[in-house]
Amino acid sequence: MNEIKTLIWKEVTLEWRQKYAISGMLLYVVSTVFVCYLSFNLRRNQLTPIVWNTLFWIILLFTAVNAIAKSFSQERHGRLLYYYNLCSPQAIIISKIIYNSLVMAVLSVLGFVFYAFVMGNPIQDNGLFSICILLASTGFASVLTLIAGIASKADNSATLMAVLSFPIILPMLLMTIRLAKNAMDGLDWSVSTDEITTLLSIDLIVITLSYLLFPYLWRS
Amino acid sequence: MRKIWWKILCVVIIFYVIVMGFMGPVPRLAIINESIRNTYFHVALWLAMTTLLLLSMVFSIRYLMKGNIKDDDIASEVAKAAIFFGILGCLTGSVWANYTWGDPWPNDPKLNGAAVGILIYLAYLLLRSSFEDEQRRARISSVYNIFAFAVFIPIIYILPRLTDSLHPGSGGNSTFGSYDFDNNIRRVFYPAVIGYILLGLWIAELRIRIKQINRVREEALIQSGKL
Repeated sequence: MNEIKTLIWKEVTLEWRQKYAISGMLLYVVSTVFVCYLSFNLRRNQLTPIVWNTLFWIILLFTAVNAIAKSFSQERHGRLLYYYNLCSPQAIIISKIIYNSLVMAVLSVLGFVFYAFVMGNPIQDNGLFSICILLASTGFASVLTLIAGIASKADNSATLMAVLSFPIILPMLLMTIRLAKNAMDGLDWSVSTDEITTLLSIDLIVITLSYLLFPYLWRS
Repeated sequence: MRKIWWKILCVVIIFYVIVMGFMGPVPRLAIINESIRNTYFHVALWLAMTTLLLLSMVFSIRYLMKGNIKDDDIASEVAKAAIFFGILGCLTGSVWANYTWGDPWPNDPKLNGAAVGILIYLAYLLLRSSFEDEQRRARISSVYNIFAFAVFIPIIYILPRLTDSLHPGSGGNSTFGSYDFDNNIRRVFYPAVIGYILLGLWIAELRIRIKQINRVREEALIQSGKL
């Protein structure tokens, strides 16, 4: 537990020292949203809630892939070896997942604020939508962290990252979009329990698998 | 390895399925009519594919636990045979859907899930091809294989059941066994599944042997100093 806390703290300090990474990601979200806004600008009145919703989650998906892809590749080989000598692999993967979830939560909240600012905000049930953002950022982070670990071992890691993660993340993305649609329509929470439990169980499966499989991954 | 009886069994079963599948008695149902015979091919192919993928995952786990490169050979070749069956399953389903649902690719969650499943395993093959070192490739792709199977099952068997789907067993449609699966179908369907699994294993076995022979030859070349 202590180990994990230290590792998360180390990630935060590192991020704070080299601010270009996190600010780069923020700028990425903002400029993508702005590109979408300008592209739809001519026909803003035709932007249906479904398009609004789908567009938002696709922007977040690309942000997540880009933000998490660097979580293993930015560290030098020697430094990785040093960590591996000091801590258990389980602590490393759990700390990375928690840290990436935090980053994703921050990025998606800020992204949502800016997106709602320029594209309008048709959401009726803000509580459910924030749960949705929270679940999605945890889910995206946990799937993508292990995939980033896999992809960083190969040479063409940028392509591999996208190819490996998109099909795997798809069920999660679809569930999230449906949950977000329920939140937009302001449906009763009991309608969405199915989606919430499915998302939670996918998260649980993925985190358990990462926990079990990562020790085999880092040895190579 | 060299035992031949299961190959003969495989050929016999496949011929039995082809003959009985086209000529045997089937229940008369409205709309579906004779196209119910596709159960022997389409549904059985999917079941065989899932079994093969499960087998592939088991061998990946075994590789991670024991580190024997042969297990990884088996896992990858079985997965390839499964992808082959998956593509065949898509094609047979597509032909059937064209006549029964009026569209070769109706927008159905199970179909899309199947397409995504095949994409996952194609990505697995891509991952394999991007490593030079054998042990490294084996370890990393085993990790991905286990991960992929754990996601593949929800995509194809759980998520479609939560939404409206044209397939049996989803969105209030009843499952197969409940009304239209009489004994005539059973008598062909179960052998069909076994036959396809055996055929997949046979394909995989041949490819594993080629791989191992190549490896032995390479090692001999290295030892003779030519490489």
